[in-house]
Amino acid sequence: MAVADQQRISYIASQAADIRLNVELQTEEMTLNLGPQHPATHGTLRIIARLDGEQVVKADVVCGYMHRGYEKLTEVRTYPQITTLINRIDWLSSFANEVPFILAAEDLMEVEAPPRAQWIRTLFFELSRIANITLFIGEMGVQLGAITPVFFAFRDREYVLNLIESATGGRFHPNFDRIGGIKDDLPKGWIAETKDAMRRIRGYCDELEDLLMGNEIFEARTRGVGVIPADVGLSYGLSGANIRASGVDWDLRRDAPSPLAWKELDWKVWTHPDGDSFARYWVRLQETREATHMVDQILDGLPSGPIQAKVPRIIKVPAGEAWAHTENPLGEMGYYIVSQGGLGPFRVKIRSASFHNVSITPWLLKGVYVPDIITILSSLYFILGDIDR
Amino acid sequence: MSSADPAAGATRATDDRHQALLEDLTTRLGDAVIGSHIRNGDLWVRVRRADWLRTAQECRAMSFDYFCYLSGIDWLPHTWPNPKVIEAPGVVDSEGTDDGADASPQEAEAAFETDEPASGEIVTGYGGGDTRFQVLARLYSTIRHIGVTLKADLDDSAPTIQTWTGEYPGADWCERETYEMYGFHFEGHPNLIKLYLPGEFEGFPLRKDFPLLAREVKPWPGLVDVELFPAAYEEAQAAAEEGA
Repeated sequence: MAVADQQRISYIASQAADIRLNVELQTEEMTLNLGPQHPATHGTLRIIARLDGEQVVKADVVCGYMHRGYEKLTEVRTYPQITTLINRIDWLSSFANEVPFILAAEDLMEVEAPPRAQWIRTLFFELSRIANITLFIGEMGVQLGAITPVFFAFRDREYVLNLIESATGGRFHPNFDRIGGIKDDLPKGWIAETKDAMRRIRGYCDELEDLLMGNEIFEARTRGVGVIPADVGLSYGLSGANIRASGVDWDLRRDAPSPLAWKELDWKVWTHPDGDSFARYWVRLQETREATHMVDQILDGLPSGPIQAKVPRIIKVPAGEAWAHTENPLGEMGYYIVSQGGLGPFRVKIRSASFHNVSITPWLLKGVYVPDIITILSSLYFILGDIDR
Repeated sequence: MSSADPAAGATRATDDRHQALLEDLTTRLGDAVIGSHIRNGDLWVRVRRADWLRTAQECRAMSFDYFCYLSGIDWLPHTWPNPKVIEAPGVVDSEGTDDGADASPQEAEAAFETDEPASGEIVTGYGGGDTRFQVLARLYSTIRHIGVTLKADLDDSAPTIQTWTGEYPGADWCERETYEMYGFHFEGHPNLIKLYLPGEFEGFPLRKDFPLLAREVKPWPGLVDVELFPAAYEEAQAAAEEGA
């Protein structure tokens, strides 16, 4: 008997043994209901998992517990009123929600904000990115049983929230962006404080890198878990750090034409080839650090001049259709505005990142073990308001 | 900034790219393309309903790898009361100055009336349209860094269209949302059930003839309470004081 045949026979025998083992361990399927209220869900998301032993056979995601019907409500509001509303979509980075909507409206009105306003917009955009992702970086640890990171996250995020509050008046919901510019200029002494806070955030990133990245338990729970291939992720509409962690070098701040100041800054788009939970965590950590450097550069290069272009007091947007999208902390966020020339839009389609990022979970959770559901969901990083709108 | 920077450049340059993309799409889809529009660095293409799935397949072959969104639109004009603040003087159109005191009430009224569609008349958007319902979707290529908004007309009495879930699995949830919000039926969708709303919910909330009950009860906040101009506000105050 040739060696190759022997190898083949031993392979078939081992396969047969595996099949026998599986037949012996054939278990009855059971349904595990996770949520709507669950520590790992950041709100009310329900997952109905069909389990075979510890493995997920099928996972159904039930959302809508927080559906507020924003797309309908926008149809009865004026443009300035809508920014207050859409602040509440992704509540951890509210300012970043306002920007694409304002950009779409400005596109239709053919108004462009002056450079200083664009730079301050970019500044608050990146600050809200930091405020958003610092929470994720700490909160991911708590899902794996590490309590310390989340306390660090709440401690250091507060510096950024204080900055946003002192400049805009709103700690969580600034409602600061206006068609044609921004509401106010920066307050006195704010720039020095911000630089100090950015230094602290960088320290926080280093701390978290020490605490979690080298941690054996963290690596064992996240490496190779929840792998998303790039083409699958893209066809599900995954965007932002989730798709960059699958090796897709795509960032709208760099790749899409935008009036904001990103093109004038020196920064890097971080990607990771692995596509697993660890990669998604790693990419977000690097992005937070990169954002602090971007804030520093914006503060150094802030142009002088007016912060508001000349627009009519009562905003009336000419008829037309416009699509504007930006690279929000959670991924691509965009607004498709249809105007028929009134005080309010005729139709607004809100393309929120988390909705599409979470729509992959039924595919992704197939075959994983129960404890990994939590780490995978946590690493996808969604905000419930961003799913349910 | 990293070296890969294909989309850098002015918006004018991207218009040529969109023109080329439109020509490419027209070559591939033939007479399925029945309307198109290019504006400010973006492309709208309206295709025949029967070719909706083929459009997705062709786009997939044209390196549109990223599924952005899919949704619907109802072009029926608003049916709820939509009061306008024509009494407020000093309302100017978007080209005018912000000096409100110059405009007469008649001018203000004209500013509101100009481009509002007449009541009951359906006005469709870019790419045109023959029906009340349209389905729209956006695809993007992360390789070529270009996006396109696709539209298709739906039959008003039985809005049905092919599903995209086979080509872009991300369309699954979007089609479920469009199904519950507009009542569009997606042929071949594996699991066409409600996404957000409870199963027993009746009606299609994003259709224009679905009343927004909160507005029926209390028209606030909304289009009715647009702020008056300072001068008009003072006049209104004075009138109120006189009345009192």
